[in-house]
Amino acid sequence: MLTNLHKQLLNDYQHDFPLSPRPYRDIADALGVTEDDVLTAFAELSDNHLISRIGPVIPPNHIGVSALVAMAVPEAELQTVADKVSAHPEVNHNYEREHRINLWFVVIASDNEHLQTVIEDIEQETSYPAMQLPMLNDFFIDLGFKLDLTDA
Amino acid sequence: MLDEQDRQLLSHIQLGLPICARPYAEIGRRCGMNEAEVIARLTRLKQQGLIKRMGVIVKHRQLGYRANAMIVWNVPDHLVKQLGGHISRFPFVTLCYQRPRQPEWPYNLYCMIHGKDRDTVLSQLNQLTEACGLNGFDREILFSRRCFKQRGAIYQSPAPALTDG
Repeated sequence: MLTNLHKQLLNDYQHDFPLSPRPYRDIADALGVTEDDVLTAFAELSDNHLISRIGPVIPPNHIGVSALVAMAVPEAELQTVADKVSAHPEVNHNYEREHRINLWFVVIASDNEHLQTVIEDIEQETSYPAMQLPMLNDFFIDLGFKLDLTDA
Repeated sequence: MLDEQDRQLLSHIQLGLPICARPYAEIGRRCGMNEAEVIARLTRLKQQGLIKRMGVIVKHRQLGYRANAMIVWNVPDHLVKQLGGHISRFPFVTLCYQRPRQPEWPYNLYCMIHGKDRDTVLSQLNQLTEACGLNGFDREILFSRRCFKQRGAIYQSPAPALTDG
């Protein structure tokens, strides 16, 4: 069950988390609670896996390179192939999607050579060809995501 | 541009800001910088746009946003920018990218919609299609099924950093 404080922390601090020596106290002051309340609430959100972290989001391909990669894998083998893909630390997320081309993952690496090595290794380990879809343009303006938490 | 110390700093902070009273001092301790320098560097990187946003990174699935659709279109190249700009202004759109077409995948414009359920996502997509004039273009809708791995986005050394993919 989320408290009002949890909901405020989830929705109001996705974009401009304070860059100050005592950020949690600054948040507490803004919300009229104590620094301990804020620290406890963030620890709960983290322990319950409702947030992955507090941190920076960096635009793709400014540091290192990344590519979306897709594979068509027979259903019976999907879990095995997906596990082999996920085992690479360069694979950042990995989803099944409803399509004949059903395995979709993002690889991030220090440079293009590193990226290609990882993708070639994955093709060899799984015996399925990987379709590479690097990003050419990013149109999205990331302002965080407005969560509707009324029934959370 | 990023210098070596920026990279060092990002490689430490990308794993998450510690939940403690002086988190930037703690990050600084891990990479040999003082608290003021950590804050100054992060502030500059944000101003320069090398940090897109600094804050809470939520887990949509656990918060009830279980329907996630990737929609792909094949639109004429000269319209990609204009359509991408339009699509990305809708609040329920969480990503919007141009990617190259491939022989067996003729799509060049991608967007992601996160919603609580499939019907909501489909009605949001209808709204988007009407408003942006996307009716005439070939498209596919790929809802996510299983999540095998989801880690935010953490770069591996030797170039540590972070992105949305």
